[in-house]
Amino acid sequence: MDGEELTEQETALYDRQIRVWGADAQRRLSKSHILVYGMKGTVAEFCKNIVLAGVGSLTLVDDRAVTEDALSSNFLIPPNENVYAGKTLAELCCNSLKEFNPMVRVSVEKGDLSRFGGDFFDKFDIVIVSCCTRMTKKLINEKCRKLSKRVAFYTVDCRDYCGEIFVDLQKYIYTKKKLDENNQPTTVECELQYPSFQESISVPWRKLPRRVSKLYFAMRVIESFEEAEGRNPGEISMEDLPAVLKLKKELCEAQSMNESHIPNALLERLVMGKREFPPVCAIIGGILGQEVIKAISGKGDPLQNFFFFDAMDGKGVIEDISPPNV
Amino acid sequence: MASLHHSSAVKAAKVLMVGAGGIGCELLKTLALSGFQDIHIIDMDTIEVSNLNRQFLFRQSHVGQSKAMVARDAVLRFRPNISITPYHANVKDSDFNVEFFKQFNVVLNGLDNLEARRHVNRLCLAAEVPLVESGTTGFLGQVTVHAKGKTECYECQPKPAPKTYPVCTITSTPSKFVHCIVWAKDLLFAKLFGDKNQENDLNVRSSDASNSPENGEDVFERRDNENIEQYGRRIYDHVFGYNIEVALSNQETWKNRNRPKPIYSRDVLPGKLNHQNGNVDKSCATDDLSSVSTMASLGLKNPQDVWSLAENTRVFLESLKLFFASREKEIGNLSFDKDDQLAVEFVTAAANIRAASFGIPLHSLFEAKGIAGNIVHAVATTNAVVAGLIVIEAIKVLKKDIDNYRMTYCLEHPSKKMLLMPVEPFEPNKSCCVCSKSPLSLEINTHHSKLRDFVEKIVKAELGMNSPIIMHGVTLLYEVGDDLEEDMIANYTANLEKVLSELPSSVIGGTMLTVEDLQQELTCNIYIKHREEFDEEKEPDGMVLSGWTQAPLEKKDDNKKLVGNGGSTSTALPTEGQKEVELVEISEETEISGKKRKQPGISGDETNNHNEIQKLDVVDDGEDDLVILDQCDIDKKKKKRLQ
Ligand SMILES: [Zn+2]
Repeated sequence: MDGEELTEQETALYDRQIRVWGADAQRRLSKSHILVYGMKGTVAEFCKNIVLAGVGSLTLVDDRAVTEDALSSNFLIPPNENVYAGKTLAELCCNSLKEFNPMVRVSVEKGDLSRFGGDFFDKFDIVIVSCCTRMTKKLINEKCRKLSKRVAFYTVDCRDYCGEIFVDLQKYIYTKKKLDENNQPTTVECELQYPSFQESISVPWRKLPRRVSKLYFAMRVIESFEEAEGRNPGEISMEDLPAVLKLKKELCEAQSMNESHIPNALLERLVMGKREFPPVCAIIGGILGQEVIKAISGKGDPLQNFFFFDAMDGKGVIEDISPPNV
Repeated sequence: MASLHHSSAVKAAKVLMVGAGGIGCELLKTLALSGFQDIHIIDMDTIEVSNLNRQFLFRQSHVGQSKAMVARDAVLRFRPNISITPYHANVKDSDFNVEFFKQFNVVLNGLDNLEARRHVNRLCLAAEVPLVESGTTGFLGQVTVHAKGKTECYECQPKPAPKTYPVCTITSTPSKFVHCIVWAKDLLFAKLFGDKNQENDLNVRSSDASNSPENGEDVFERRDNENIEQYGRRIYDHVFGYNIEVALSNQETWKNRNRPKPIYSRDVLPGKLNHQNGNVDKSCATDDLSSVSTMASLGLKNPQDVWSLAENTRVFLESLKLFFASREKEIGNLSFDKDDQLAVEFVTAAANIRAASFGIPLHSLFEAKGIAGNIVHAVATTNAVVAGLIVIEAIKVLKKDIDNYRMTYCLEHPSKKMLLMPVEPFEPNKSCCVCSKSPLSLEINTHHSKLRDFVEKIVKAELGMNSPIIMHGVTLLYEVGDDLEEDMIANYTANLEKVLSELPSSVIGGTMLTVEDLQQELTCNIYIKHREEFDEEKEPDGMVLSGWTQAPLEKKDDNKKLVGNGGSTSTALPTEGQKEVELVEISEETEISGKKRKQPGISGDETNNHNEIQKLDVVDDGEDDLVILDQCDIDKKKKKRLQ
């Protein structure tokens, strides 16, 4: 790499993980800059993981005030009104995260993420958004894609016992270890081309493999409903279920897909359980942390391009949802 | 599993967590967030700096404090109204008996060693409390559920043998860096700084040759007229020069091997040692012995650098010097500790010089420390994922949702598109002596093997019992306990030295022995079969225990001998203190959804199994010692364990 060595303090602190990903990857991590938006439980888990891992900086954006919902699965915020009154979610999480690792710069940026310009996103290597509308996801993703440097973009959301991660690494080159014909370990270079969020979700459903996770479709139905109704993510309740089921029917018809592909029971769970489930936050936040570490270090196969987990069946599945020509 | 959220079953549950380390910190947090109100947590460890990269409840200022206590305080900050009861204690303490375990609805393990895992498994079986077991290494992890009578217990399947190396590979024909590390740590370091009375094969070659120039005097004793540097150079020349010359004289050994080259300190480092930065006197002045460091003294900065032969020689001589200058009182009582900087420096240098002699690539201190200390690779993310999976299984256990219990593998590379792969739990193994009380049979030479051999190798090492009672019919042959009469103790001590057939109640072929551990509430019946001869290479213990589980398949590496091939359970069960890094490959074709487990293959190596499902039963932390196994025809025939 650039020859800059890890300090003695870093080597001692990161000893166990350097043994997993090497000193080189650790150096890259310490120079990486990460932006997160939407400080709920899953993102809190992710932030903990990435601060412990020793990234260079972490910037938090979330101007919302603390609600009972936000407290329910976020261990970064003490449930004490004297502490949280008058502060934003990002400020509160920032204070806790700073303690986890004095070598990482954790800071807060105020404002509406969708109004930030390209030069803002240019400061980062990784951008992660959570609990935001489909519109915002597309918008931020496009802003990242327009930059001359490659900024990796992720979305992450957990509802009920389910979680979803979307990854856009654009054109991504990385190395991985393989065994050569003589069974000797060697390093090979690989290249992947990722579609944008917009491109992915525009792939006609009938063109997708038959066994694509039902969760993929269910999440799109909920997303469409919230967008059509002008709701914020999670602003949904049991009263909306009939309308959600009606929308599902319409979408399935428009996509010429059998309705049974999206079980009503699953949609019901997603509508009802808008609150995050802490074990799923830990799992999704862990997988996302791992993926971000891979993307920064350029080592190991990254997931392409969706990940789904449902505690009901316990499967953590990767789905590649790309237009045929990508 | 209609609802997992804050249900009444979760709120009312009383859970026991064993371990507050990498998995433990994540687990305690996730339990608290998930609505658990009454959590008890046992951990005997205190916090270390290298924990802080993943054990996020701990800070620099907590180093040295109890993990269980600090973890409790940290979680109460965000969940002040729940009850967390910490125990800074060993789970094997007699206080944690079956009665203690019975008060819990479920037990969750985040442990770092096999011995404790086996112990908790037995207590859970005896108390009839379901156990959720877990382990991680690097990006790999595993969570399993063990419910008595419904799923297999933790010990239903064989655990792999510890990594062992034939003594001759270590003492005379190393071919890998790890062999040099074992030599430096278990032989040279132990000889110079450890218990002088311990048996040690370091000199096996030269003493066999009985033409030692020192004429019977102990080469490793410092002479009265010698200064430390002279002493260091004499040791150096003896082990890296003279011993190699002696070994070379045996032409037979080198027929098909590269001949090593003797190394003498005067050739590598002609002048006196000089210090670039600091000196011995300065190091002596410090009160904190752990801060004494050759690297600091010699101005070597980066532990990732691979030192040259000359640098290794300087580190060797300097660290030996520092041991005598500033830690003389400890000499004779030291055992290798991966957190002892000076010990790591000495072992790195010694291993590298030996590697240079044998044409093996040299390694950095960082790498050498990892090998010598058997440091487990650990990251926060895997622990977080595994903790989430544990809580999901724990909630199913509380809801008695048996049909949905799953064991889950966290994979590094997706298999069938899955990174998290759930598998239905296996049924209990009918021949498991732990959960199915199935009798065992032991082939042993009853005229040669002593009761002590039986206690050490079978009862303690293989059966994993801490406080055993051994009975033949109604006659007590041996017992461990605090409240024994003196004459009983004398009686048992005498029995230990007797061969089985000469015990007060003669143990011969056809005898049924009963071995019981009162704390674990485990009783095993062992049918004794007398056998005259044992294969010294394959059955070095001189006994073969069977009827429990089948031994793992064969070894992969010629240089790595698994203890006791050929049907002995000794292969299956690591001995005490043995860290498990168990990677069982299940081949692609294996029916993973079936409830009957097929015999998996075992790989001793953690790398390159990426496309296969890996069963790992691993640890987040902990130490290990390598076992050296005598295999050379010319060496004494016995198994030896070196610290
Ligand atoms: Zn069993």
